[in-house]
Amino acid sequence: MKFTRRETFAVAAGFVAFGVAGLRPTTASATEEDAMKAVMEFAGGEPQAGRISLTAPEIAENGNTVPVTVSVESPMTDADHVQSVVLYADGNPNPFVITFNFTPMSGEATATTRIRLAKTQNVIAVAKMSDGSSFMDKKQVKVTIGGCGG
Amino acid sequence: MQSRREFLQFAAVAASVFGAAGLASNPGRAFAQQKLTQDDLLRFDAKGQVTLLHFTDVHAQLKPIYFRPPDTNIGVGDYAGIPPHLVGEEFLKHFGIDAGSAYAYAHTFLDYEALAKTYGRLGGLDRTATLVKAIRAERGEDKVLFLDGGDTWQGSYTTLKTNAQDIYECMKLLKPDAMTGHWEFTLGTERFKELVEGMGYPFLASNIFDSEWDEPAFEHTSFFERGGVKVAVIGQAMPYTPIANPNWMFPEFSFGIRPEVLQANVDAAREAGAEVVVMLSHDGFDVDRKIASVVSGIDVILTGHTHDAVPRAVEVGSTLLLSSGSHGKYLGRVDLEVSGGKVVGYNSTLIPVFSDVIAPDAEMAAKIAEVRAPYEAECNRVIGRTETLLYRRGNFNGTWDDLICQGIREVRDVQIALSPGFRWGTTLLAGQDITIDDLYAATSMTYPNVYRSEMTGAQLKDIMEDVCDNLFNKDPFLQQGGDMVRVRGFTYDCAVNAEIGSRILNMRLSDTGEPIEADKTYTVGGWASVAEGTEGPAIYDLMEQYITSKGTVNVPDERTVNVVY
Repeated sequence: MKFTRRETFAVAAGFVAFGVAGLRPTTASATEEDAMKAVMEFAGGEPQAGRISLTAPEIAENGNTVPVTVSVESPMTDADHVQSVVLYADGNPNPFVITFNFTPMSGEATATTRIRLAKTQNVIAVAKMSDGSSFMDKKQVKVTIGGCGG
Repeated sequence: MQSRREFLQFAAVAASVFGAAGLASNPGRAFAQQKLTQDDLLRFDAKGQVTLLHFTDVHAQLKPIYFRPPDTNIGVGDYAGIPPHLVGEEFLKHFGIDAGSAYAYAHTFLDYEALAKTYGRLGGLDRTATLVKAIRAERGEDKVLFLDGGDTWQGSYTTLKTNAQDIYECMKLLKPDAMTGHWEFTLGTERFKELVEGMGYPFLASNIFDSEWDEPAFEHTSFFERGGVKVAVIGQAMPYTPIANPNWMFPEFSFGIRPEVLQANVDAAREAGAEVVVMLSHDGFDVDRKIASVVSGIDVILTGHTHDAVPRAVEVGSTLLLSSGSHGKYLGRVDLEVSGGKVVGYNSTLIPVFSDVIAPDAEMAAKIAEVRAPYEAECNRVIGRTETLLYRRGNFNGTWDDLICQGIREVRDVQIALSPGFRWGTTLLAGQDITIDDLYAATSMTYPNVYRSEMTGAQLKDIMEDVCDNLFNKDPFLQQGGDMVRVRGFTYDCAVNAEIGSRILNMRLSDTGEPIEADKTYTVGGWASVAEGTEGPAIYDLMEQYITSKGTVNVPDERTVNVVY
């Protein structure tokens, strides 16, 4: 995802101009069910909790470029490693965001990127391990108009 | 080694002894006898090896001020009905303060105007300087840490005109050991950096990162040796500065609460040998109450931002939480006894800075006079007079903002006026002249333009819901720390305990009582928009014009928001 600074802020300014344009997306949004369906398909069943952690801001400073980090506990050996991690955003028009692929040569399964969020929603991260098991973490990120903090 | 249980037992004893003898009774009684003295205010059962002095949210008020405490300060969820969400009689009862006493005046709105006439203004940096010097002299400089919690470089006429040089020079005389911040960033990155580089003490922020590379933008921790104890001070700036304030003024920085970063920094400080870990925070009270429960290893959180004043530190698990008010009204003090690398005892207080009781420090008084000299005549220029109390602080309204909204409606010719829920701004008593100083204490800022726009009813509701969620979300990590946006032109009900989207009910135009309709368009004026390029007159110019045209203003304290529980 690449925005130049100028583009990003042009968008941001448009978004917050008197507050509101960005809050009512005209495109249909995915739902939590759509996203969970995609998760189940990728994971081949219900993922477990644990091992994966997703870090995201409680409130996005700019919904157009929200920094998120995933990291998965794994020895990253041939026998036991993380194969891939997929991110979903369950309130975007299309819930799929990105797939990170790993090999034992990766050394550790950590990745950071910036994503666009149309509105307040859950970001979901799912890791698929070399033994076929899968793990999930989820964080709600609030996309706000901008406040009047004292 | 002290177990957590032992610590809590000790703390309970310390607090109860203090509560009974130390807080209200001595100075309260003395004042009843009309002889509260500087010594009474300084009287304190000093403890241990380390004294922390906390000064925060002065909002550039160099001179003593009136500041009426809120009558409405609602907490939600787990935070309802506990400090700082106590006002008036509940506050007095909780902290054991006598009604009508000096401390009741300092901390509550009860009988405010009458008590203001008895006890006078609070604050003034020259009075604070006297207290800081006295405590340093009594305890020994080697035992005292003086910490500035930020929102220091914004909020007055002279600070606006000098790009904060005035308050900056004065604060330097007080020699703080560290600082963190919030409104400081609205000076713009370049000016902010220039000031930080020259100030001679660190600006600390665990939670500010370079927005391009996501690398720490400032030092997060400073280590001090005080009374033979190694103390780490970790800074935490206002987490939502780029959302609550215009990010285009400081695009280089990304903030956030970042509790995991904070935990790592606390752990690193302990690893480096810190016996005491202090967080100098601009998170706000409820955010830091939660921080104390999710981040382990912090001994003391000195918090600001929400302008709450608690007469003594509150215990949250094994963390002490002190919030030292605003506008220079108080100086916070926490003494720590440290043994075997642990805090084993403490005493705490919030000293109200009664300006008629405390002698001004000559050096600071001279500096204040010097920085104000080029502006003194303009600052004291009278633009009008008020027949009624003008105050701001409160969750939903205050008469100062009612006046501002009236001004916006009239001068910009709009149906609806919005005024941000800032918690800074001082109070004027009925009968007082309104000076340029007073006007700028309520409006001074670097993005002051008053816009005129059209919004649909749906857009208005979205804004109201959004701001309301910043105040009443049950998770403090989603609270931004201001009050509710002030409104003139329509009335509404506010269901504070509901969820976003369901709190703002029954929006009706004030003039006709007609419901606000989602697809109808209304003319709206407001100030302090975070959008770049907002056009319109500056709020302080608009209000000078409005007040001058009226001569005398009269703003009854009407409640137009119906709070529903």
